[in-house]
Amino acid sequence: MANQSKTSPLQVALAWIFVLIPLLWGVSQTFIKALALFK
Amino acid sequence: MCIGQVYAFSVFNIPLSKLVGIKEPVPGDWALTEIVWIFNIAIIFLGLSAALFGKWVERNGPRKTMLVSALCFCSGFAVSALGINQHSLWLLYLGYGVLGGIGLGLGYISPVSTLLKWFPDRPGMATGMAIMGFGGGAMIGSPLAVGLMKHYQSATSLGIGETFLAMGAIYFVIMLFGVLTARVPAPDWKPAGWIPTAAGANKMIATANVDTDTAIKTPQFWLLWVILCVNVSAGIGILSQASPMIQEIFSDVRLGVGRGITPEVAAGFVGLLSLFNLLGRFFWSSLSDRTGRKPIFMIYLGLGAVLYLLIPTAGHLATTTLFVLLFCLILSMYGAGFATIPAYLRDMFGTLQVGAIHGRLLTAWSTAAILGPSIVTYVREYRIKTDVAAGIAENVAKANAYNTTMYVMAGLLLVGFVCNLLVKPVAAKYQVKETARPVAA
Repeated sequence: MANQSKTSPLQVALAWIFVLIPLLWGVSQTFIKALALFK
Repeated sequence: MCIGQVYAFSVFNIPLSKLVGIKEPVPGDWALTEIVWIFNIAIIFLGLSAALFGKWVERNGPRKTMLVSALCFCSGFAVSALGINQHSLWLLYLGYGVLGGIGLGLGYISPVSTLLKWFPDRPGMATGMAIMGFGGGAMIGSPLAVGLMKHYQSATSLGIGETFLAMGAIYFVIMLFGVLTARVPAPDWKPAGWIPTAAGANKMIATANVDTDTAIKTPQFWLLWVILCVNVSAGIGILSQASPMIQEIFSDVRLGVGRGITPEVAAGFVGLLSLFNLLGRFFWSSLSDRTGRKPIFMIYLGLGAVLYLLIPTAGHLATTTLFVLLFCLILSMYGAGFATIPAYLRDMFGTLQVGAIHGRLLTAWSTAAILGPSIVTYVREYRIKTDVAAGIAENVAKANAYNTTMYVMAGLLLVGFVCNLLVKPVAAKYQVKETARPVAA
């Protein structure tokens, strides 16, 4: 059966941080390397 | 995002080709043509496992599926590390290719059907978000792999085996977090304030479900299969050649010494394409909730074909910025095709077994993974051979060969455009009468 309890806002915030930190690091690395294309 | 690391597997290609020689390849080292099959096998098994185990995924829910996916994907790294240790390429084919590929397939489809159930009001955004994660995996996987290899390398080893083990362990911990947090909504759940569209209000959105075995007997399934196959073939064919292509079109010979694109700058180009591949998945797929799935695919395939036809002009004008922008837009729509197709399936066949139907459709991806790069390689070699035979200098012939490739890719997208025009609502005779069954969390 599916669990119908509500997720706490803290859990939601932690889940987003868990995803966004590595993603933003990857995006920043990509931009730094891509800048050379427009020099 | 973890399993999206597969898009960054090419960072291992060169190091794997000099495991024995360390500084450069020596006799006994694996050839690049053998190494690229690790990635190819992984993509083939992604499609096969998604197709074969889709119904199992629907029966067992996302948690069990994600756990099996994590076990397969991460043990694939461990078996590959053993392959490095034993210098056995077959163990890499079995580890990263077969085991890892099964992990990819299961991990790819499970969040898609789960998010579709959580966001019945915005299915395009939901699938865009799920598949954006997969597209973004390379941006993390690539620098992570490079950093780990640098950390573990020594005078006698390139550190690839240790990197595989470390990545397997890191990804396993992160994927377990997903296993523990994933949940499916109750069968009667809907977002607050959302009123489902009345039956028949939009003929392109089904109000009844079609099961997996019946779905594959409908023309709609096969039209969408061709659409996905041609869209992926065109995109993957270009992605596989992106680095040498920009270097050969904007070479020192054509632009003047010191003005051409270097391999380092080309790597930045590939990274930028990955970023737009990721952003397109979320942006275009979310937009499809407003425009409808059929019109948005008209844009991906129609505008995509026009953009491919403009590439030779950008190359001829030697305008790097225009060239890069055109490719970024093309790759954003390539990613969008992946992200929007599950929502298109949901519109056609309902949510009951959309994960399993999506799994069957992913065989189009496996086909495209072979078709796309093969077409690009064949067309390119044929054009270079005929141009050189006609007395054209080799460097000019190489740049010209890409123009022909672009025309072929535009042709592929036009085939998809016609298929999309032919998509009509699924006939009522295919729809199941039963109500939706609850799925395990």
